[in-house]
Amino acid sequence: MSLLAVSIPYWGQSLLRVLGGTVAILLPAGTIVYLFLFKMMSFMQSRLGPMDAGPYGSLQLVAEVGKWMQKEDLAPNGADKRIFRMAPLVVLVSTFLLVVVVPFGPDAYFTNFDGGVFYMLAVSSVSTLGILVAGWSSANKYSLLGGLRAAGQLIAYELPMVLAVVGVVIQAGTMNLQQIVWRQNSDHAAMFGWTGLGNPYLFTQIIGFVVFMIAVQAELTQVPFDMPIAESELVSGYMTEYSGFRFLIFFIAEFATVGVFTMIASVLFLGGWGVPFAWFGWKTTGPGLFDGVANWMNIAGPIILFVKMTVLSFLAMWVRFSYPRLREDQLQRFAWKVLIPVSLLNIMATAILKVVF
Amino acid sequence: MAIRAVLGSYLKGLQVTIVELAQVVKPKRLGGGAATVQYPHEKEAPPIRARGVIALREENCTVCMLCVRSCPDWCIYIEGHKELAPPRRAGGAPRKVNALDRFDIDFALCMYCGICVEVCPFDALFWSPEYEYSEPRIADLLHDVDRLGEWMETVPEAPALEVGADKKGKK
Amino acid sequence: MTDIADRHKLSYIAAQAADARLNVELETEGMTLNIGPQHPATHGTLRIIVRLDGEQVVWAEPSAGYMHRGYEKLTEVRTYPQVTTLVNRIDWLGSFANEVPFILAAEKLMGVEAPPRAQWIRTILFELSRIANVSLFLGDLGAQLGAVTPVFYAFRDREYVLNLIELVTGGRFHPNFDRIGGLFDDLPAGWIDETRHVMKRLRNFCDEIEDILINNVVFQKRTRGVGVIPREVALQYGLSGPNLRASGVDWDLRRDQQLPLAYDKVDFKVWTHPDGDSFARCWVRLQETREATKIVDQLIDGLPSGPIMAKVPRIIKVPAGEAWVSTENPLGEMGYYVVSKGDLGPFRVKIRSASFNNISIVPWVLRGVYIPDIVSILASLYFILGDIDR
Repeated sequence: MSLLAVSIPYWGQSLLRVLGGTVAILLPAGTIVYLFLFKMMSFMQSRLGPMDAGPYGSLQLVAEVGKWMQKEDLAPNGADKRIFRMAPLVVLVSTFLLVVVVPFGPDAYFTNFDGGVFYMLAVSSVSTLGILVAGWSSANKYSLLGGLRAAGQLIAYELPMVLAVVGVVIQAGTMNLQQIVWRQNSDHAAMFGWTGLGNPYLFTQIIGFVVFMIAVQAELTQVPFDMPIAESELVSGYMTEYSGFRFLIFFIAEFATVGVFTMIASVLFLGGWGVPFAWFGWKTTGPGLFDGVANWMNIAGPIILFVKMTVLSFLAMWVRFSYPRLREDQLQRFAWKVLIPVSLLNIMATAILKVVF
Repeated sequence: MAIRAVLGSYLKGLQVTIVELAQVVKPKRLGGGAATVQYPHEKEAPPIRARGVIALREENCTVCMLCVRSCPDWCIYIEGHKELAPPRRAGGAPRKVNALDRFDIDFALCMYCGICVEVCPFDALFWSPEYEYSEPRIADLLHDVDRLGEWMETVPEAPALEVGADKKGKK
Repeated sequence: MTDIADRHKLSYIAAQAADARLNVELETEGMTLNIGPQHPATHGTLRIIVRLDGEQVVWAEPSAGYMHRGYEKLTEVRTYPQVTTLVNRIDWLGSFANEVPFILAAEKLMGVEAPPRAQWIRTILFELSRIANVSLFLGDLGAQLGAVTPVFYAFRDREYVLNLIELVTGGRFHPNFDRIGGLFDDLPAGWIDETRHVMKRLRNFCDEIEDILINNVVFQKRTRGVGVIPREVALQYGLSGPNLRASGVDWDLRRDQQLPLAYDKVDFKVWTHPDGDSFARCWVRLQETREATKIVDQLIDGLPSGPIMAKVPRIIKVPAGEAWVSTENPLGEMGYYVVSKGDLGPFRVKIRSASFNNISIVPWVLRGVYIPDIVSILASLYFILGDIDR
């Protein structure tokens, strides 16, 4: 890592990566839970939310984590115990697998391989397996219904997500996420010849952005697509029988995935960790894409990405607290009949315009 | 167009929630703030007629047992005995009066209906808006004569009545 | 294995066998699901047994009685004021409305009529309890369908109505204010201005609910065309109240009956809707809430002055006889059949509660719907468990 003057041995780097990964998961999850779930939802509902644990309730998360962790580890009588215990971990693992490809700075990334986008889309469906398995192994009819609904919904909404991202890939010409960031922010990135703002794909891929955000909302089973959880019918869907530490893992996984998906959305559409090079006069010379970029971007990059993630998850949460939920056949219809044709049109338009310009 | 109506309805829903958010975030002196009251730190005052707890004025009670009989839950327990009081004027016969031994109201059973307060012919029972008397043990919810007498300090004056009311309000 | 475990196992096998017989052609197993008695969607302890084919309901049956408190038996050993107290707790959200038909029946037996001011204030409190009840419905509707915010708006604005009721009666939820011959006490000073202010707020609340919920496309997709109850079926099953009016039947006991309440002195519109689906029921209730605020405004403008209580003896003994009075309660038609033998208390009271008849339509209306629609239909039918089970 060129930021630090000392060279860190391999085991040190691995340790830093593990810590970094944990922070990259827990910090967005914690922020989203406190800021949006506790405070924003409460303010929208004309109340103040938790105020007693710490000033303005800031330590409520600590209290919640402590509460969940000290609960009894229950499993229902007829449940398939081994799979019941494994299911939350599968969901959490998919979040960790996703965050591996997200770039945080010019040199701050976990891995940087060329099939980044492809890998990300493939790995995001691992959580579907965890949810299905949780629903089945709970030996509870409500959980089973939740799991079945989740299977249908999550698989259906994979497609619009993939197709929305394809538009970005066509425009960027690469599947490597660092290169996508470079293309949006570099000194070559221009919108109609003006490099003032770089070229965030938000403007050209606005349809793709909207489809992606809707698909993400559905992948995270948030209202209006929260049929698998459906609190007023299925009590908690596939999570009904889980309590204590395992529920905490589901909870963290849910909000961490919100964070990670919105991080990916900001990488794909908002320019990721970068700011337009034109603001600082950095130039791209030589083989390394980010050689001209200052080293302090390794510290500022994660912060910028965090801010962009917060803005996008504010949008997702705002929608979550404002609408009722769609029935599962309605949401399937919406995915297949509306989102997929729209995203296919987007791909066609992008491809045509890419060839023309 | 249908799409415009659809989008309009979605945006309207978002607008309602964001307006509420802005309202709560506005500082109190500008009229903002949440609709809730942070209970242990701030308390709302209940109205004058609120039925919080029943207070007993012991000197008015003549042990007529009307309240005991009219309680739907039978939560009032009264014991009394007859004793002889000195005559009103010298040379008369001693009067038999009822003396109160025990007057307990079990607030664990009380339905807060107010029938006992209403039927008492001697104005010995009153409503008080005090409500913070919860106890960790359910047996402590049985308030005896002394405790009921203490509640008398919290009994407010009856409110003035609206225009057009015929007579002055009760108690 | 203990006896209980054996019995459970046998009944489980029997249920599975029944399901298997049901779906023998398709060679799939149906699933018997218990919705309730503890469930977020049933407003209380109602148990609905449904048999499912995938996510579609094939057969449904409500099993009520988990909250039976024995009201009709209780009234046999209570006096009239005590029964008034108990009866508050049947439909606990609009509780003043429960006292009114009972008191009117007792007054009918006694031949007493309350003075005009008492009648008007009774009507005002009746409409206030209707507003309190239905505004909670509007919020709860969102909660059943997944919108988490309208519930809080409903509770916030309902607080104003409950505060109004508390200012007059002393009790928010259980006023216990009606007496044979009139009311217990008069209105406190400043109440009329406060009421005007609150009615304005409630009209704003209705507009807010309309924006965030009723006009929302997702809500309309969930409720339009779902749970359609045609007119004839509604009449046959004995539905009443907004459920009946949403199926196109113009039936309102406030307008059609001549009771000693002040309804004939105000104008109000009776809202009906031709569709009969869940959306119609929700829409009719929203319009009725608005209408109720307008009725209260008219009533407080024209409130006559005078005494609040007629001349009745202190210890009331109602003469022998039988009387039936029913009124248009927030949930539907609620009626009391009071049999008196000249005692301090009634001999027998039969309570006709609206929700009990309203849920009798559940087996008919739930056939062939999906599980999420069960919730939407139950939410729009709107029953209170205390009303079903008494």
